[in-house]
Amino acid sequence: MSAHGSIPVLRIGSTLLASIQVELRDTIADAFQEDILQTIAKTGAAGLVIDITGLEMVDSYVARVLANTGRMAALMGTETVIVGMRPVVAATLVRMGFRMEGVLTALNVDAGLKLVSELIARRHGAGR
Amino acid sequence: MSVPFSEKMIVASEDDVMLARRTVRLLAESLGFDPFTAAAITTATSELCRNVWVHAEKGTALVEQIGSNGRTGIRVELRDEGPGIAEIDRVLSGGQRHGGSLGLGLSGSRRLADEFRIETVVGRGTVVTVVKWKRPT
Repeated sequence: MSAHGSIPVLRIGSTLLASIQVELRDTIADAFQEDILQTIAKTGAAGLVIDITGLEMVDSYVARVLANTGRMAALMGTETVIVGMRPVVAATLVRMGFRMEGVLTALNVDAGLKLVSELIARRHGAGR
Repeated sequence: MSVPFSEKMIVASEDDVMLARRTVRLLAESLGFDPFTAAAITTATSELCRNVWVHAEKGTALVEQIGSNGRTGIRVELRDEGPGIAEIDRVLSGGQRHGGSLGLGLSGSRRLADEFRIETVVGRGTVVTVVKWKRPT
């Protein structure tokens, strides 16, 4: 069992959907980051949606791990969107002065999957 | 009348950080804090406890319910005998770009709290206190 065994990862077409539904402690967040990058490499996923609807609190460490995961996946060539940030989480991060730089966000899973598929289509179109 | 909540906890592991922030969250909820104010003090506690655990290895967190002029608040005091913080003004103003993880934790906690106080002596340790007041309903 992987270290992020409590974080289910679904495959929808060429996109991975990871739903974080447990309170993230630092070591679980770190393990999730490594595991999801390995999963991308193994599956050749073109897109990644990270659903954080289940997170009631996100502090700067977890926010940094999530943003970095998005940037790392993007560097590998996988379009990544973080979705489902709760109002209190967004408000708290902005008040702290945290910038979620270099990673896209969307309101919910549906919007995130749509955005990812658009980004993948654009990438393929640009390659012609 | 119930006795105001007051609990001193050890902060020396990741589990201790989780326990401290859960305690603050439950206290905020039980006192009727709105979700945004509860998230602010819970997140500040998480940042400050992590700083203790990561930079000083161990310390204590005193979580208290306080009252003043009819207001209800939560006060969290983190105390450690770690390395202390040199150039505290720069670290506090630095935020994400200049202060590293320590800087964002401290400057972020200061922005989230209603009251913030830090005493630090290099080689001796650090005491950080944050207060968040319940918003009038």
